Amino acid sequence: MKKQLLVLTVVALSVLLLGCPPKESGGGGTSGGGSTREILVGEYGSMTGAQATFGTSTHQGAVLAVEQVNAAGGIKGRKIKLLTEDDQSKSEEAANTVTKLISQNSVIAVLGEVASSASIAAAPIAQSNKVPMITPSSTNEAVTKIGDYIFRMCFIDNYQGPVMARFATQTLKSKRGAILTDVKNDYSTGLTKVIRETFNTTGGKIVGEQSYSNGDSDFHPQLTTIKSENPDVIFIPGYYGDAAQIVSQARDLGITVPFVGGDGWESPKLLEIGGKALNGCYYANHYFSGDPDPVVRNFVTQYQKRWNVVPGALDALGFDAASVLADAIKRAGTTDEPKLRDAIASTKDFRGVTGNITLGPDRNPVGKKIVVIAIKDGQLTLAMTIDPSAKK
Amino acid sequence: MQPLLQNLLNGIASGAIYALIALGYTMVYGILKLINFAHGDIFMLGSFVGYYAGGYMVRHMNGQSSFGSAALILLLSMICCGIFGFINERVAYRPLRNSPRIASLITAIGVSFFLEYGGQMVFGPDPKFFPTLIPKKIINFGGITTTNYQIIVLIVALVFMALLQYIVYATKFGRAMRAVSFNLETAALMGIPTDRIISMTFIIGSTLAGVAGILYGLSYPKIDPLMGIMPGLKAFVAAVLGGIGNVPGAVVGGLIIGVIEAFVGGSSFSNYRDAIAFVILIVILLFRPSGLFGKYQPEKV
Repeated sequence: MKKQLLVLTVVALSVLLLGCPPKESGGGGTSGGGSTREILVGEYGSMTGAQATFGTSTHQGAVLAVEQVNAAGGIKGRKIKLLTEDDQSKSEEAANTVTKLISQNSVIAVLGEVASSASIAAAPIAQSNKVPMITPSSTNEAVTKIGDYIFRMCFIDNYQGPVMARFATQTLKSKRGAILTDVKNDYSTGLTKVIRETFNTTGGKIVGEQSYSNGDSDFHPQLTTIKSENPDVIFIPGYYGDAAQIVSQARDLGITVPFVGGDGWESPKLLEIGGKALNGCYYANHYFSGDPDPVVRNFVTQYQKRWNVVPGALDALGFDAASVLADAIKRAGTTDEPKLRDAIASTKDFRGVTGNITLGPDRNPVGKKIVVIAIKDGQLTLAMTIDPSAKK
Repeated sequence: MQPLLQNLLNGIASGAIYALIALGYTMVYGILKLINFAHGDIFMLGSFVGYYAGGYMVRHMNGQSSFGSAALILLLSMICCGIFGFINERVAYRPLRNSPRIASLITAIGVSFFLEYGGQMVFGPDPKFFPTLIPKKIINFGGITTTNYQIIVLIVALVFMALLQYIVYATKFGRAMRAVSFNLETAALMGIPTDRIISMTFIIGSTLAGVAGILYGLSYPKIDPLMGIMPGLKAFVAAVLGGIGNVPGAVVGGLIIGVIEAFVGGSSFSNYRDAIAFVILIVILLFRPSGLFGKYQPEKV
């Protein structure tokens, strides 16, 4: 009797499970396709989880761009609709969300991610489905190498890393450097390699390298070893949450030298977590909100009107990514994916918030602007700007 | 030499927290032969109580932080965790007291998941930053630096360990606890209210986890609902290392794990820091299945 019941339950359950997906996707299809006039664009990002501010910042920038395009009448009368999926700051979830956006929502393009590991996990799916993907701010070189449908809006680590290293050797006159790398993070390991190379060839010497794993909270042991190696600058090519904690624990151990980071430090939470400890630290970034450039000033005003906060670099890149995509759809005159891909690829001298954007044959922007931000008295200030694109 | 001593200090500070968590594992195991896998998550709960209470205090007391308010928050966290430990035992473990032990073990894993993912729903999955309850001071002697936090952690941990030692070995209640641990049925026949003793054991263990949660939040201010997993596992290793069921063993085990981790973390093998704890577990189980302080117990016939 019991066995029969069990069999029945299993059958009922499997019918339920098997019956569901087509129904659900059918439902999703109609809700998406019901408004046929809208152009569906997918966005995936870390809206929650360890890098939550990365996703939300990018999202707010992209939303602002889409709203501006729609307010100006859309593209040939068709409005853009942004469908956003949360990957919880997990690479494996990123792949799932992109699969969902492409197969269930039939988006014509996807925007995302910030974290390079997540972009690397999701890009092959966009590539094999021939849906263009634009990562606003993944700086690891490998991302766009995945295929000809993968684009990027930001500079790459081979560009950012040397700037960080040279800033240390030339501006800070550092001779002895140490690096603390997040070994579970493609962004961090990639950046470490180029920092080491440039630092060693521009008059400095890397005297110590230590590592941690994303999610660690005690960095005292690594910092103790680094301290004994007596560096005069310490690089943390990681993300804001870890970087702020590392610097704070380093100050506890009596390490007073400056720390230098990359764009992974960019977050409204950085100063909140690190506080006073971060004074005298520097990080490379895509943009500075206090930049007098009129395009930046206009963006900051619009953004503040919409979201009531000062936009950071990720907001600006999210805005640029969505704007470049809208521009490409306009130029392609169609949402046909291969034609859209070609239109994105031929983006030239697009006036973005983060500088002039011209995509090269490797689908990375050519000669982008880079700034170095100094943290002084709990405030962000501009320490240096390099803008090869402005000279043209 | 200096880095060596510094890392010894770093290790003792993090080891003291492991030791406090390990005590909860070891007490419950000593009495019920149950590994309470939810213990690491009760520790997380303690941290979050401190986060919310501390945030409230910072907002409503003009940002004044003092030892008094910190002690109050510690007490609040202990009470909340104690209550949860009580409910946990009452609802999840007591109904299974006479079922096969594997049933309780699976329930413990269930409670653990319930807390981790329930925590993500209630507190949100993104990391929170523990408020600064006491102004941080850096203390420097002979090139070795420490903070008043590390000293507070050590003192508070030692005080609670001593208190526990006193309760277990010098009070009537402690004697009853040891009797229950020795043999539950016989203890019941001798008129010991076993259910109440077991409840109290859970309450004390969870209270200590609450203390550990606050101390952890002070030292490493990034907290999230999944934060209990790794410290919980390492504290479990510490309890096994010291001889599970043995109170001083858990303390020594916690400190050993902390110090070894600090040395590994400061060496060039820092990637393997988490793995080392489990390598130790395997080696201990191979050579001394009953742990450093555990007694070899022949199978009762």
